[in-house]
Parts: sequence; C-alpha cells; structure tokens
Amino acid sequence: MSATFVGMPAFPEAARAALADPQLRHNLAHATDTIRRKRASVVAEIPEWEELRLVGAAVKDSALRSLDTHLVELEERLVANGAVVHWARDAAEACAIVAEVATRHSAEEVVKVKSMVTQEIGLNEALAAQGIAAWETDLAELIVQLGDDLPSHILVPAIHRNRAEIREIFRTKMAAAGRPAPDDLTDDPAALAGAAREHLREKFLRAKVAVSGANFAVAETGTLVVVESEGNGRMCLTLPDVLVSVVGIEKVLPTWESLDPMMRLLPRSSTGERMNPYTSTWSGVTPGDGPQEVHVVLLDNGRTNALADDVGRQALRCIRCSACLNVCPVYERTGGHAYGSVYPGPIGAILNPLLKGTGVDEQTDSLPYASSLCGACFEACPVRIDIPEVLVHLRTKVVDSHRGDRVLKPEAVAMKAAAFAFSDARRLALAERASGLAGRVIGRWGKTRLPGGRPAAGRIPGPGAAWTSARDMPAPPKESFRAWWKRTSGGRS
Amino acid sequence: MRVALMVTCVNDAMFPDTGKAVVTLLRRLGVDVEFPEAQTCCSQPMVNTGYLDEAVPVVRTWVEAFSGYDAVVTPSGSCAGTCRHQHGIVARRSGDAGLVEAVAQTGPRVHELSEFLVDVLGVTDVGAYFPHQVTYHPTCHSLRMLGVGDRPRRLLEAVRGLRLVDLPSAAECCGFGGTFAMKNADTSVAMGSDKARHVRETGAEVLVAGDNSCLMHIGGVLSRQQAGVRVMHLAEILAATETDTTEPSAMLGKGVAT
Amino acid sequence: MSARDEILGRVRAALADVDTSADVAVPAAPRSAAPPGDVVELFLERVADYRAVVERCSVADLVERVRAALPEGGRVVVPPGLEIEIVGAVADDHLSAAELDAVDAVVTAARVGIAETGTIVLDHQPDQGRRALSLVPDHHVCVVRADQIVPDVPDAVTMLDPSRPQTWISGPSATSDIELDRVEGVHGPRVLHVIVVDP
Repeated sequence: MSATFVGMPAFPEAARAALADPQLRHNLAHATDTIRRKRASVVAEIPEWEELRLVGAAVKDSALRSLDTHLVELEERLVANGAVVHWARDAAEACAIVAEVATRHSAEEVVKVKSMVTQEIGLNEALAAQGIAAWETDLAELIVQLGDDLPSHILVPAIHRNRAEIREIFRTKMAAAGRPAPDDLTDDPAALAGAAREHLREKFLRAKVAVSGANFAVAETGTLVVVESEGNGRMCLTLPDVLVSVVGIEKVLPTWESLDPMMRLLPRSSTGERMNPYTSTWSGVTPGDGPQEVHVVLLDNGRTNALADDVGRQALRCIRCSACLNVCPVYERTGGHAYGSVYPGPIGAILNPLLKGTGVDEQTDSLPYASSLCGACFEACPVRIDIPEVLVHLRTKVVDSHRGDRVLKPEAVAMKAAAFAFSDARRLALAERASGLAGRVIGRWGKTRLPGGRPAAGRIPGPGAAWTSARDMPAPPKESFRAWWKRTSGGRS
Repeated sequence: MRVALMVTCVNDAMFPDTGKAVVTLLRRLGVDVEFPEAQTCCSQPMVNTGYLDEAVPVVRTWVEAFSGYDAVVTPSGSCAGTCRHQHGIVARRSGDAGLVEAVAQTGPRVHELSEFLVDVLGVTDVGAYFPHQVTYHPTCHSLRMLGVGDRPRRLLEAVRGLRLVDLPSAAECCGFGGTFAMKNADTSVAMGSDKARHVRETGAEVLVAGDNSCLMHIGGVLSRQQAGVRVMHLAEILAATETDTTEPSAMLGKGVAT
Repeated sequence: MSARDEILGRVRAALADVDTSADVAVPAAPRSAAPPGDVVELFLERVADYRAVVERCSVADLVERVRAALPEGGRVVVPPGLEIEIVGAVADDHLSAAELDAVDAVVTAARVGIAETGTIVLDHQPDQGRRALSLVPDHHVCVVRADQIVPDVPDAVTMLDPSRPQTWISGPSATSDIELDRVEGVHGPRVLHVIVVDP
C-alpha cells in the first residue's frame, strides 16, 4: 500500500471533497443502512442487552484500572505457554520487531490477518522497506491493497467501494500480485469472493510467517483471541510455522470468563450477526498444532497517553466493532477517508487525538469537531464509551492548547465576546436591541420570507456565508423576549 | 411552587414567540411562571466548542438567576441537557467549590417543557387546538441526552384537530449541532438536506420540535428549497386553542412577530 | 530503560489518579433473559440460519448419515481419534497443507454446541484433530452430540479449557465485505454440514 494518510487536510476540507462524490455517498448510504438494520434486529433479540453493555464496560474498565498488573500477568502466562513476548514503545519499535522475526526466518513475504493495529503502525510499508512483502488476506483489505487505496471503515475497510469498482480492481490488479482474476469475472459478490479465495490460497499454502493482531488478550491464561468471518484468519493463525501478533496493551481482559460478555457484544454490534463465522483462541504454542514459534508484541504507541486522560481513557475500552461508525450521520455522509486515519468515525474522532495528543497538528485537532454531538454513537457502543462527552472534553483540550497564542483565532474572539455579553443580562439586552435593528433592516429591505411569512436573510457574504450559503436565516425580531416581558409586565399589560 | 422560565438565549433573541407561548400555556394550566430577568444563556455554545474558561462566568450568571426556584422550565432539550449534564464540568473547571455545589443543587430542577408538562404537572391533554398536519422531529439532545421519550408525541396526539404523521428516520440528527453548523457547514447541510427530504416526504404543513436551534437549521434548508413547510416549536402548538390564537401571533400562519 | 519497564512505568504514571482499593468486583454477566426452550431445536434452527446444512439423527443412523453427507467419490480425511467408522477415509498423520488442500472433505467431532448463537466449538482434541484439518478441506462434516449442546455463550465459556486452542464456528466461511452483502464461502470450508446425534 503506497497510499498514505500523511498530509491529509483537516476534516472540514477533506469532508467537502467526499460530500461531492456521488458514488461514495451512494455506496456509504447503502452499506450503513444495511448494517444498521442487521444490528438492530440481532440486538433486539437480547432482552438483557443494556445490562450486558454495562458488564462489557465494567470488564474493560477493570482491566484498564489495573493494567500494569494484568500486563505483567499476561506476559508471564504467555511465556509459560511457550510464546516470546516483546514490548514496543511506538510504531517503529513494533515494526522493527516484526521485521526482525521475518528476516531471521529468511521470509520474503508474510501473510496478514486483518488488524487495525498493524495499519496504525504502518507495518506493511515498514516491511516493504526491508524487502518483505506483506499480503493482506481479508477480502476488504485485499481490495484496498490491490487498489492502492486507503481503508475507510474499521470493519469493512472497502465500504466505499461497490461491486463494480471491486471487479475492476481485481481484473486489473490481481495478476501483478499473484494468481490473476478469472477472465470471466463478474461483479457478483460470490464470484468476487471466489476470485479472492483462489488468489490467496497459494499464498496461505506457502507462507512461512504470519502476522496478526488480536481482539482480546486474556491475562489470566495467556490466551489471544481473533474474531473473523472469512477463514483467512484461521489460515494465517494455523498454517505458517511462525506467528507474530501485534497487540495493543488495551486489549487485555482480566479473566477467561470475561470473554463471555465480549463475545456476546462484539458480533452483534459489529457485523450484526449472532456470532461471527470464526473465532480462534490460542495460548502460546500447541505442540503438533499450528505455529511452533509464537511471538506477541505488546504495543503502547500513545495508549498510555490516552490512559493518562481521566475523561478520555474510556476510549481504550473500544473493541473495534465499528457500530459507532455505522450509526454516525457524519460518517455516513463523509466516509472514513475524511478522518485522515485508520481509525475513522466517532471513535476515530476521539482515539486519534488521545493517542497523538492535542495542539500538535491541525488535522488531528479538527477531529473532535467532526461531530454534531447527536449521541447516536454512545447509544450504539457495546462498551458504553460516552463519545460525545470525550469529544467535548477534547475540544476543551484543543482550545486550551491555543490559550497562549499571541494572535487569537476569530472564533476565540467571538467566544470571549459572547461570554462578556452572556455574563450580564443588561449587556445581553443591549446586544439584542442591536440585533433587533438589524432585523428591521432585513425585514424592510430583504425579499426573503420563510414559509409563514417571517422575513429572513438569504445568501449573505462574509462570516454569515457559512450559514446562509444553503440555509435561509430568520431575521431577528424587533423585540426580544426579555424586552417584551419588561414592556408588558410579562404579557399582563 | 415557584417556577422559573429559562427562555434560552436563542429564543430570547430570535424566537420570542416561543417564550410567549410557554407563558400562555403554563398560565392556562395554572402555573404562574416567573421570568428571572438576570438570565442570559446556559453556556452551551462555549462548552460544546471547548471554551470552558469562557463558560464559567456564564454559568455563574445562570446560577444567580435560577437558584431559589423549585423548578426551571425551558423550551429547549439541548439547553436543559447542558444545565443537567454539563454545568458540573464548567463548575469543576472554575475550582470554586461553591459553584460546584450550586450547580449540583439547581441543575436537577431544570425540566425541558414536555418533561415539565408530563412529569411535573401530570398532563398530556393541555387543551390545545391546532387543525393542521404535523410531523415531529425528536431532537438529539431531547431524545438521547435527556431521554424525553414519547412525551412530546403524547402531548401532540392530545391536540384537537392535529394530524400527526410519522417522520421517516426521525431519530437521525438534522445536522445542526451548534457551532458544528458553521465549522463543518458542508456536512451540516448534507445532513440537513436529508432531514428536509424526509420532512417533505410526510406531506406535513408543519414540522414541530422541542428545539428552535435545530428548527432554524432545518427550516432554513426547507425555506431555501421553497418546500412550503413551516417549522414551529412544540410550545407554540400546545399554546394554541380554538379561542386564543392571537397570543402569540405566530399561530396559524399569521406570521411571526417581526 | 527497557521498553517493557518504560511502558509499565508509563501505565503506572497514567493511573496515578486511580484508586483501585475500593473497586468492586465486575458484576457477573447476565444470563439470557429469553424463555428457556428446547436447546437442541434452537441450536438446529440457529445453525441453519447461517445457511449451514443441519440434521438430527440417532446413534444407529449416524454412520449412514455421515456417509450421505460426504461428497460422492471425494477424498475424506478424519482426525486420528474420531470414533466414527468412515470407509475409505484417511486418518490425519501430519499431512502437509498442500496435501490437505487436495482433500475434499473432513469429518470431525466437536466439543460444545451453543444453541443461542448456533455455534460449534472445537477444542482440537484427537476426535476433532489439529486446527488445519477442519480448515483447509472445502467441506466440513461436524458431528455434535445432543448432550454437548448448551444454551448460551456463558455456559460454553465456563466449560471450555483456555489452555487448548479453540475454533468457534458459526456457519460456513462468509464475508460481508462487498456492500455489506453476506456471501458464504471464502477461505474456510464453503460447506458446513452439522449432524446432531441423539445418544
């Protein structure tokens, strides 16, 4: 994958381009509508759903609140089970560890299970720089990789592509990566999936080294868990001799029992199924079964920054189900690329600033504002991450990071002015008198009327354009409520 | 019971008829509502844009205006939400234990209008008459932050003459979102135009909601489209009766006071 | 400082404000609030929902049912500890991945069946074989004893031994990666045939 999120513009500008793409808008509306219906129907089957969400949140919180203890326990158990445990402070360290393992086995290629964390650390690019090809084996990741594209969804990275576009990518790009697509390939999803099966099978059968992430890492037993659909995960976790799993430190679950609520919450929230087709669990090395050399890389890469934020740390509960993306009205219209990260949507709008820090770059700082705070994400989140709360909190951090600026942004000036007016009712009354005068002018000279007859401002230039380019704006009334109350003694005179 | 009207800054400056409708309605139901003239704004624009320091004096002003009342009623779901769920954040930021205590005392006494009518006064039939086809948009903060549930619907269903039609995808955000409407104007309008499309699909004459800021946005889109659908606050419909359609003057297509 | 010590140090610093001494135990996950029914019937229904082939038979009929479930004339592999007689089947003896790829079907037992979700769990004991065995062949016939079926996920988690590798299987391999349209059959077995046998 040579495409990159580096250098993406801030959200409003990136969103503008996406909003103007009719194919993208249509693909997203169709896909998110489908998945929302599926989720709603399987969630409705579970009367104890809300109680289960509370337990899911409590399980992850208990893991995070004693994370150091659990990590040490996880390491001990993994080592006892025959795994090699590595620790990586950042992306570069994690990539170097994986590359070192592959190089030691003289592997020129690795097969990969779909994993958010390896995208986060840019593993494919790092391995390519060492001459090692990393093959994505999840269907959607394959589509993205072959199309030299970027993922736009956590669960369905090629959600922005429709079947016709996918057929074209397979037809033109598969041959260069291995077995070509059949000549008679149609855009039937089953035929496309069949082409991916044929294309990847030779890679699975010859691969010596596989790379995965993990959905959960059970501290008590040293068990990793991968939740998937297609069986590409099973292929990677089973056939090669060597397996390297890169695991964010927040993936820890305290106990084996705590896997239960997670496995009831995740599939229904994510693919809208009662259970996903395949879940694999393994505890280190099993003699005679699967990889005989097992590595686990425990990754920080900003997670401890998020953990240090007392409001934001709840984001580390995230189990990457993507329910928040599917219900988000902003995501539905802009798609994932506008967020400029492998973590798009509402969770991305909080996770990226928490991992990378606020006040560092404009693109990251724009993300907490990429939300109308409608709260649909919180309602859908299986581990009850209060995303709107964290968004508002991060907005505060963004603003606070600019408090020392010598030149204030116009927005900061406006907010200071508003605070001044709103701190004293007499000042506000004066401001309202001025706006009432403006209203008279609009009423007298403007031609725009709202349905019902109220005068309004149509398109106006300057700062008002952001509102009025597509929306009429009611003219301020001649008299504010407070002036009316005073004049009429509350309507009694 | 001493009841204060928190009219909200948007209604005060832009939609005074909504405030008048609340007064009319509550008096008809026997509540002698007061208007604390020291009130300004709930601080939501500052809080939700990240300007917590700027919100502190606004919340102080709010506390001074509303402490001492048994109930504060407001025709805005999102402002009620700010008072109940966000004032604590602002107060903690101030480092003033007195302010923390004050918002903890007064915040829970704030009721959105439909909550006040149904939960505090115990009425759903407020004696209103409004012979029009209406569709209802449950604004996000009313729906999800406050959880007003079906209260507004029950109030509307009891209005004589009113034909309530379901709004498709009603629970989806209209795209207003406070400063989101300006900072991400393109996305906001994309959401607003879909909401407007759903409103037009209903064939309703009037779109009603419990928040004028959301209505200003959807109504602005509908107006630009010449859709011929007007927007009205829930309070204005509930205030209308067979005999009293003159106050507020917004009733029945006579045009809003200007 | 090693990466390990530095990360653990950062974690401890990040949690400096957290007092876990008063933490209460995580509440037990709720049991299904759905009314209990016939778990075996529910299991059959839920497995079928994934477009797997599913049937129920008696012990006496099992061998014949398994034979009928296998592709005619196909090469069949079985785990070394499978206690069902299948004429012509090859017992797995460290077959390579390529050799497994040349096999048409596999027959295995299972460890647990989960009724609520229609899930079969293999823990890869000798009657189920190593993980690759039930993965590479395109046709998986899985025999589940009726008394192995439990109502819901928590029952299964309690019974399962995490030190064993496990594969939870819910229907045939599938993907929703194209327009979120579910398609059965990608890399795992494209046919899953479940036979529930009454003791």
